[in-house]
Amino acid sequence: MTTLVYDGTFEGLLTCVFEIYERKLLHVKIQKGEWLSKALFEEVIQVITDEKRAGRVLQGLQEKLSAGGMQRLYAAHLAGMDDEDIMLIGYIRYVFDSKKNVEEDYGNKYVLRLAEIIRMVRREKHRMEAFIRFQKLQDGIFYAAIEPDFNVLPLVGKHFKNRYADQKWIIYDMRRNYGLYYDLHHIEYITLDFATSRPDNVISSYTEDEGLYQNLWKNYFKSVNIPARKNTKLHMRHVPKRYWKFLTEKI
Amino acid sequence: MIEERIIEKLNILADAAKYDVSCSSSGSKRKNENKGLGNASNGICHTYTEDGRCVSLLKILLTNHCIFDCAYCVSRSSNDIKRAAFTVQEVVDITINFYRRNYIEGLFLSSGIFKDADFTMERLVRVAKKLRTEHKFNGYIHLKSIPGASDELMREAGLYADRLSVNLEIPTEAGLKLLAPEKNRKDMIQPMGFLKNEIILRKEEKALFKKAPIFAPAGQSTQMIVGATPETDVQVLQTANHFYKNFNLKRVYYSGYVPVLSDKRLPALHTSVPMVRENRLYQADWLMRFYGFKVNEIVNDTNPHLDLDIDPKLSWSLRNLEVFPIDINKADLQLILRVPGIGLQSAHKIVSARQFGKLNWDQLKKIGVALNRAKYFITCNSSRFERRDLTATNIKQFILSQSHSKFLKNATTQLNLF
Ligand code: SF4
Repeated sequence: MTTLVYDGTFEGLLTCVFEIYERKLLHVKIQKGEWLSKALFEEVIQVITDEKRAGRVLQGLQEKLSAGGMQRLYAAHLAGMDDEDIMLIGYIRYVFDSKKNVEEDYGNKYVLRLAEIIRMVRREKHRMEAFIRFQKLQDGIFYAAIEPDFNVLPLVGKHFKNRYADQKWIIYDMRRNYGLYYDLHHIEYITLDFATSRPDNVISSYTEDEGLYQNLWKNYFKSVNIPARKNTKLHMRHVPKRYWKFLTEKI
Repeated sequence: MIEERIIEKLNILADAAKYDVSCSSSGSKRKNENKGLGNASNGICHTYTEDGRCVSLLKILLTNHCIFDCAYCVSRSSNDIKRAAFTVQEVVDITINFYRRNYIEGLFLSSGIFKDADFTMERLVRVAKKLRTEHKFNGYIHLKSIPGASDELMREAGLYADRLSVNLEIPTEAGLKLLAPEKNRKDMIQPMGFLKNEIILRKEEKALFKKAPIFAPAGQSTQMIVGATPETDVQVLQTANHFYKNFNLKRVYYSGYVPVLSDKRLPALHTSVPMVRENRLYQADWLMRFYGFKVNEIVNDTNPHLDLDIDPKLSWSLRNLEVFPIDINKADLQLILRVPGIGLQSAHKIVSARQFGKLNWDQLKKIGVALNRAKYFITCNSSRFERRDLTATNIKQFILSQSHSKFLKNATTQLNLF
């Protein structure tokens, strides 16, 4: 068993694949970040991300996968789920070791797992597209804070840019401490410094009518409920509690 | 003060609109090409009510004043309730501000009939027009077509709205006569026919001239109330089928009657909402639209009602045991779709995956097949399969004993079943 330690980037992961083939490694573990364990007798390789090597693996993958398949692999890695890198490596190896395109070979455990990861990522992305609640600031910017389970912020930018083309907005991932800012033309990545002001308070200043519309929305949410049909279990399944703190109608 | 009044209006007019169950905001592909506000794509549920229904649109009445007296409707003229009316501008402001905050996909505007059909329809159209032209709003707009409104107004409505609907409300003409004597089924069907033709015409025009305006791109839908009158499920589903076929409807909604009024023509107050039946109707509707079932395979004169304890697909399978078991590695997609416990997605995955090798139970399970139901109806790449010669009753009992109360208790309208 060899442990490969890499920097967490997609290029890094591809460099790991290169190492695996070059050193003909069979059993590997993958770890992001720094190698901290001091245990003896462990074989550890610190993989330095190498654009050339990663590029060769990427090219190989592109020959074997469809454009959509490439995107799914990238999105699965981007999501940053714990302990899934090894499955992604397994998937890449299976792709290389097969003659034909195996994207739909759901009988294979790696292919199936990738499909599952993608399903989870998509669901989280859809949830963000649904549950984000903007609040209008005095300078006209619409601001929303989120804490998605996976790193899906880069995946939602396009949706909001298309939809809110005529308003400036910020969507901020509180857990990963970075955000997207749309200035009516482009989307930029930003980090906000919360040292001086509390996150939920960036927002020192709402517009005048922000309160009115939040109030109207809360009232609307109450009015559309039909008590005779109450079904709390279903409600909770659709809107899990961990999302409530950012939902205007639930605060 | 103004704030209080507008909140009160919203409460009244949202409350009165909530019994219309359709909430869909899908089926339109209106793009944001004018750097304006919004687009309409596949329809997002922005939140869910405490009874688990999708909230996607701001669904309100322009007013709940009504000159008619339909027995099943809270807004009926003889009902002693608070009345309110929005101005056109108020609806526009709330819609835009809700939309900008990502609360909604758009607006679903309906109305009680004040004065007459055209007078009412004209105001609904005015809201849509203002949103589209003054605010460059590209979000979803669903307008209720008021039965009896002029063709001219319907045509204008189609130019601004994504979807139009006329609610049939009661599945049969006789039922409608009983509960809404002032309404005339012809008046309801007439605009549907008009819109159907107009939609076809505009589509052809659009194919020829790219610049031609889009016309009601998400088509038409309708709603039927079930359980207010004694129709059987055959009658309900045949009506639905008729409208899907002859009026190109995109969706038919079924709304279990919620007893809110006491009237000797209606089920008594405190009768429970027929939610399981409503759910079974949606499942049957699904089977007709996506699974290739014909309406008379699901219900017919010998089986006029859907089973309440099992879903309509299982029910069909048990009546047609001679079709099974089928070999999952060989059978056509059409047939695989008919197996209980296999949904659309799993069926397609099976057909893709089996090209790489024959599938066994374990793989089927991972693909998402509900084996506890499917196992009685299929064979796969395994020597283990159901060998007992079970009767339909046996199978039903086995399946019911394993599935939790889900099939017996409250089910839902927003379903992702099978
Ligand atoms: S016409 Fe419409 S709003 Fe008026 S009573 Fe009948 S169903 Fe209700």
